[in-house]
Amino acid sequence: MNMDAVIQPIYLLSAMLFVLSLMWMSHPSTARRGVVSGVVAMVAAIGGTLLLPGYQSYHWIIIALVAGSVLGVPLAMVPLTAVPQRTALSHAFGGLAAGLVGASEYYLFLATDKHPLSGFETGALVAEVILGFLTFTGSLMAAGKLMEIIPTRPITYKGQNAINLSLFGIAILAGVFLVIYPNWWVLFPIIILLALAFGVLLIIPIGGADMPTVIALLNAYAGLSAVAMGFVLDNKLLIAAGALDGSSGLILSIIMCRAMNRSFANVLFGAFGQVQVAAGAVEQRAVKSATAEDAAQIMENARTVVIIPGYGMAVAQAQHRVRELYDALTKRGVEVKFAVHPVAGRMPGHMNVLLAEAEIPYDKLIEMEEINPEMPEADVALVVGANDVVNPAARHDKSSPIYGMPIIDADRAKTVFVVKRSMNPGFAGIENELFYGDNTLMLFGDAKAMLTSVVQALKG
Amino acid sequence: MSLDSLVLLAAAGPPAAMAEGAAKADFMTLLYVLMLATFTGLLVIRNVSRLLHTPLMSLTNAISAIAVVGSIMLAGKQETTFSTILGAVAVVASMTNIVSGFLLTDRMLKMFKKREPGKS
Repeated sequence: MNMDAVIQPIYLLSAMLFVLSLMWMSHPSTARRGVVSGVVAMVAAIGGTLLLPGYQSYHWIIIALVAGSVLGVPLAMVPLTAVPQRTALSHAFGGLAAGLVGASEYYLFLATDKHPLSGFETGALVAEVILGFLTFTGSLMAAGKLMEIIPTRPITYKGQNAINLSLFGIAILAGVFLVIYPNWWVLFPIIILLALAFGVLLIIPIGGADMPTVIALLNAYAGLSAVAMGFVLDNKLLIAAGALDGSSGLILSIIMCRAMNRSFANVLFGAFGQVQVAAGAVEQRAVKSATAEDAAQIMENARTVVIIPGYGMAVAQAQHRVRELYDALTKRGVEVKFAVHPVAGRMPGHMNVLLAEAEIPYDKLIEMEEINPEMPEADVALVVGANDVVNPAARHDKSSPIYGMPIIDADRAKTVFVVKRSMNPGFAGIENELFYGDNTLMLFGDAKAMLTSVVQALKG
Repeated sequence: MSLDSLVLLAAAGPPAAMAEGAAKADFMTLLYVLMLATFTGLLVIRNVSRLLHTPLMSLTNAISAIAVVGSIMLAGKQETTFSTILGAVAVVASMTNIVSGFLLTDRMLKMFKKREPGKS
């Protein structure tokens, strides 16, 4: 019996279920169905593949499948504040798998004569290997930065972009030569080494605040390497699933770039977040500070309070205290909403997940575009660990590095509270005008401790 | 072409060149798949709620581990020791992403509730 007649329909079903899986992610009420659909699709894909003829034995497949599952479980149990680095690690695994399969295919071609490579297949193979290995090291670097093993500030040196681009250019050139002369095996390890090096060098100059874009971009690369693998193996399912993943990464990176008013090129080669020497020359201006009791008193008399969370909330693990504050205020009839900036946190949607973990209902999480028209009506804006995304300089100061970036208009609320450890500038090293506003009161202290005192004061 | 010659052709099986063409990549078909899947992806992902962008990323982590298909083939065909080892490592890496991706996505999605528990 021709197994292809069974396997191909299984693959088709799998591809369809992957599309449905992503479709159901459109809304929280259907999203869990999307996971089920994705699982069934993947089981079908693996099952179909196991039915293929020509296997010597299933030993290694089974051992590897079990080993991967055992490794996967702890990686799924990380605290939600660590999800960005887990995601980066996961992209590294995806890139590694694609790179290894590509390398293996090439050496099989060298070792056995039965499968000559067409120019087209060699091209796809080179693309797979370059994308796979650069995603591997790039994602490891991103994970290192997110875990703060590697300095999160951009590491730059003279001629950096020229060096990076020429390395990448040489890799592409070597790839082109390999397509023309597939037997020049010496080119192949060179391509791999260049891709590995390029992945590292690409991420080194990117600052921590740009991680949401970078993670999304690496997501797209992981997908594209699966597409390239599909072309090498003549497998439509790989192409379809890889393309879905690639377009997801692409859309997310576009959303992230737009939310910062920057281009891809600027994120990748702009070394954003370098210490701004010029911006450091701002004169010392007076800020007003307040105590937890003052804040509690003003908030309890407010009609609406808008809480603006940022990465600092995740660092301080303050989301559960935010939830207590939400409860205390709601109980007193104050309307509490959360304004979530698209790039708040270290990956797309990071704040939403943390707040959902703290059991804040998702209909209270409002996107920037929807909350901004309401900000002048808000009695209190409470900024917890956010900085650049509420800096009014982005609206009017043409000399500011973040000029033009859409922000949450916290400054337009009647009273602004900013919970902050000290007056040190934020991640991008940019002075924040909001702190000096007439209606701004600083709440100095650790976010978790400060919010605990505010909640205490509300109860007392 | 007459019916007779068609029957003859069918009986003789496809000519060698045709079989080769069917077995080897039909380049244009693959490009069509890529093009259609990309546009489907772009349209579908644009509708994903911003609330769910983090779960979306972990879900696509799992989906991009579709590379497991190519990895299994290498680990199973065992043409050379080298390809078997690389294939098996690739299966481990992909399977890690599949299991952790789906589990983590589901774990996060469980947390998204419209109403607070215990309240109306």
